[in-house]
Amino acid sequence: MSLLQIEGLHMAIHGQPILRDVSLSLARGEVLGIIGESGSGKSMTAFSVMRLLPRGAGCLGAVRLDGRDLLQLPERQMNNIRGRMVGMIFQEPMTALNPLKTIGDQVAETVRLHEGLSRRAAWDRARAALARAELPEESFPLTRYPHELSGGQRQRVVIAMAIACRPALLIADEPTTALDVTTQAEILNLLRRLVQEEGCGLMLISHDLAVVASMADRIAIMRAGEVVEQGPTAEILRQMQHPYSRALRAASAHAPERGAVATGETLLNCDGVVRDYALPRGLLAAPQHFRAVDGVSFTIKRGESLGLVGESGCGKSTLTRAILGLEPLQAGRIEISGQPINANGHVDPAIRKHMQVVFQDPYGSFNPRHRVERLICEPFHLWDDPPVGAARDKAIADALEAVGLSVADRHKFPHEFSGGQRQRIAIARALITRPDLIILDEAVSALDVSVRAQVLGLLADLQGRLGLTYLFISHDLSVVRSITDRVLVMKAGKIVEEGETRAVFDAPAHPYTAQLIKAAPRLPEGVGG
Amino acid sequence: MGRFLIRRLLGLIVALAVASVVIFLCLEVVPGDPAAYMLGVNARPDTLAALRAELGLDGSAVQRYFDWIGGMLRGDFGISYTYRTPVSGMIVDRMWVSLPLALYALGLSVAIAFPAGIWAASRRGSAADLGVMGVTQLGVAVPNFWFAMLMVLLFAIKLRWFPSGGFAGWDEGLFAGLKSLTLPAIALALPQASILTRVMRSSLLDTLGEDYIRTARAKGVSRRRAIWAHGLRNALIPVLTIIGLQFSFLLAGAIIIENVFYLPGLGRLVFQAISSRDLIVVESVVLLLVFAVIAVNFAVDMAYGLVDPRLRGRR
Amino acid sequence: MKGLWLGAILVSVFVGAALLSLVWVPYDIIQMNMAQRLQGPSWPHPLGTDHYGRDMLSMIMLGARTSIAVALVAVGIGMGLGVPLGLTAAARRGGWIDEIVMRGNDLIFAFPSLLIAILITAIFGASAVNAIIAIGIFNIPVFARLVRGGALSLWTRDYILAARVAGKGRARISIEHILPNLTNLLIVQGTIQFSLGILAEAGLSYVGLGAQPPVPSWGRMLADTQTMYSIALHLALVPGLSILLTVLGLNLMGDGLRDLLDPRVRRAAR
Repeated sequence: MSLLQIEGLHMAIHGQPILRDVSLSLARGEVLGIIGESGSGKSMTAFSVMRLLPRGAGCLGAVRLDGRDLLQLPERQMNNIRGRMVGMIFQEPMTALNPLKTIGDQVAETVRLHEGLSRRAAWDRARAALARAELPEESFPLTRYPHELSGGQRQRVVIAMAIACRPALLIADEPTTALDVTTQAEILNLLRRLVQEEGCGLMLISHDLAVVASMADRIAIMRAGEVVEQGPTAEILRQMQHPYSRALRAASAHAPERGAVATGETLLNCDGVVRDYALPRGLLAAPQHFRAVDGVSFTIKRGESLGLVGESGCGKSTLTRAILGLEPLQAGRIEISGQPINANGHVDPAIRKHMQVVFQDPYGSFNPRHRVERLICEPFHLWDDPPVGAARDKAIADALEAVGLSVADRHKFPHEFSGGQRQRIAIARALITRPDLIILDEAVSALDVSVRAQVLGLLADLQGRLGLTYLFISHDLSVVRSITDRVLVMKAGKIVEEGETRAVFDAPAHPYTAQLIKAAPRLPEGVGG
Repeated sequence: MGRFLIRRLLGLIVALAVASVVIFLCLEVVPGDPAAYMLGVNARPDTLAALRAELGLDGSAVQRYFDWIGGMLRGDFGISYTYRTPVSGMIVDRMWVSLPLALYALGLSVAIAFPAGIWAASRRGSAADLGVMGVTQLGVAVPNFWFAMLMVLLFAIKLRWFPSGGFAGWDEGLFAGLKSLTLPAIALALPQASILTRVMRSSLLDTLGEDYIRTARAKGVSRRRAIWAHGLRNALIPVLTIIGLQFSFLLAGAIIIENVFYLPGLGRLVFQAISSRDLIVVESVVLLLVFAVIAVNFAVDMAYGLVDPRLRGRR
Repeated sequence: MKGLWLGAILVSVFVGAALLSLVWVPYDIIQMNMAQRLQGPSWPHPLGTDHYGRDMLSMIMLGARTSIAVALVAVGIGMGLGVPLGLTAAARRGGWIDEIVMRGNDLIFAFPSLLIAILITAIFGASAVNAIIAIGIFNIPVFARLVRGGALSLWTRDYILAARVAGKGRARISIEHILPNLTNLLIVQGTIQFSLGILAEAGLSYVGLGAQPPVPSWGRMLADTQTMYSIALHLALVPGLSILLTVLGLNLMGDGLRDLLDPRVRRAAR
């Protein structure tokens, strides 16, 4: 008999249907991967099992755990199930822990609630649970507070809380989405090991087909509140019958056509760039600095697409801001077309004209009170004689058409567009002054896979047509691999490896690069389009 | 922690020093000179000269400032010009009314607001919640001195449960003293309790929407326990800020309320001093009240450290 | 939404009365009429008469003018000085201007408006203008802090970075991108400070630090009747309820506007 049996689950919030006829099953020792894009209802399925739904939610159908229908249980009994029978791990480890309680107390709480142990005994169990989650007491005392731990370490505390009572079912809702690649690999390994050692069932929810493919015995694909396909992993990956599943797989393995050729002329030159931040200093202590960018040198040729890869905190964002002339440098110089950026603390508009930027967040990139035409014309501020009248109209129309939007969109406000469309508007804004260099700062990281594939395609197409130069910054190796000619790998403020993208990915020279590539989840061979 | 404390203490001392300079300068710009101002237009030249000498007006302003502060530090606040008694003695006497009144009111405010706020938040959207919100909406809008007048009419004049004004004095026993402070304290506490209830409610609701509450619920923590064990302490952080700010409003409000009830507190003293143009008393009392406000906000800062381990850390 | 309407109606009644009093009041309130003193509500005097036989309705209308004018100008002072200070402090975060603005704010926060009023009165004497200054000074740090906080969070937005990449200076960005996105916040806080101003003005007038005779004010009407409201309750009820209802109306409007203008709340309500 299966451990978890979801039968014909319907769920609605304030009458708005969220889940439709979801049926899934999961056995002990098995990993069930649930995949889908944002809004597909995958997380809500998990919260329905936990009965932790938002206010105004109502469920129909059955959720059987060991044969008992959880939807019929009174709240009091449900409290005995949560934590004891079912443990849950969440997406955002930075906010998932109570900031005012020690990690020992928080893990021990699970045991104290369900087994009524004394404080001492509960702490012993918490110690053991944290050790199983690979946070040994010698390095991470139980008296630590969450703010003293990194994101990956906090996620381990959440895992320890979930497994403290050795539940039969673990639910992990995007457990690694907020983490770096190497940490993601560690957490996934930990989850895999726990399933093997403790024989529990794992329901793993993710938007990332590669993550799920590497973990799951069986996969369910969800879309718009429905399960569109499910079956054993190998079979699903081979067949993928539903059009949505195919699109998802194609998008996950997408590599846009590229035809740009670098000319050999140097466009951007960074030479020994250093950026220090002053740390908050003690009363009498000497001032201390944190070196965010530590002697970085590289060049970009005209027409080239250069990738900059690194994990969070490696200094890639600071470097980006320095290139944009938004950060003062402590040493070194940055030149574009031979002219120094930020020579005397002030950047000349004539130099700024050479570059534009596209940011990660499609929602924070625009002043919500301005219309599209005003938004995309903002870079004209750099020109001495910005176009007016018909010339301005033509520039707006050209830019919008170039990114696949219609001219009529110029009168709309940003909130009238989807995330992918907004990223197109951001690209239009970057294009409108025809800069030489466009910096793409995690420009597709916030997008769902299928939308991401379209935007990457657009970027590749634009580069071919307009002869643009890209500096493509990302934490996502697969994205960088698909769209760049050369790649830089950054770690702790330094460039540790540089080379042709293909060569670096096939035969990394630096151990850190090798570690990154190894950690990145990949779809099995033979899957792709 | 030690460094954090030293830093805050230094900040406190600087704030106190700047506040004292501001008050001193305010009274320096009095039209004419302070002596002429205090005595009015019909002053005789010899009294004027005597007061000038007493105030040290012949010396430089810097000299007078340091004399004033130096005296304060030794507990010498000067001699009241109208009453011819040491200001320090007067202030101490009045403090025994004003301070218990402010604390009484603060205690009432917290004692009402915490349960009411928690109750409303834990029953969000219910009739109880709406009722609490409605009452607090009124409580925030009521001018406290008017509310005091109505209470006097009902509880003192009609029902004769409480005295209508005046202060029995602590010599009559704790009960008699508290009894004469009860109506004033309720009047002072009503708007503050209303504000605090609303802050408590919204802060707790915000906290209950946090991810870690969901994490706790996923461990099997009941809704009730999630509020008490996880929500409340986190919700307390903004509430503490408001309590700190409220203390200054309570002090200021007490100045008015003391006038409704004819209580011999610092507020009455200040008004009498203003009408008799006794600048020595005015500047000392104002400085004292400002010091109290700064000190309370300092204490609130310290309390953050107790509640929030993130502030205890390195900085 | 009901709250917003109720609030708007209450506020417009009193603002209307204040505006009407500029051109017309039912009775002259300088004239005493001892034969008519302490009368309860009647047709000729809908709100009764006071201890000098003056018409209470006329007094309330003129008092509304004083209260609203004082509170409104005080909000104006607070916004006029606080908003530019807050914007500048945020644009130069961590710089010396920021430091001065923030320390100055802390300092003013240590002086409740009543203490400022006491200091000013002790020096210059009591008047409505001094009440305005006292309340206005206290409003400055309120707005400066609000604007600085709001602006700091906006400065981290990508669209601000985009504007900087487009070569726009800090002052221009503050006016073009930051301030328009803070208007909702300012409208809501302005309403709240307005209502606090009405309460503060009433308190100051009540203890004699506000408007002086013959300028009528609600606070002083209450102070004047202190000895006789037990025999003629309407003397206390009429001005007190006027303050209460005006403040209540403004608070309801503030809450309603917050719900209306805050997109997060709006989305949840849909």
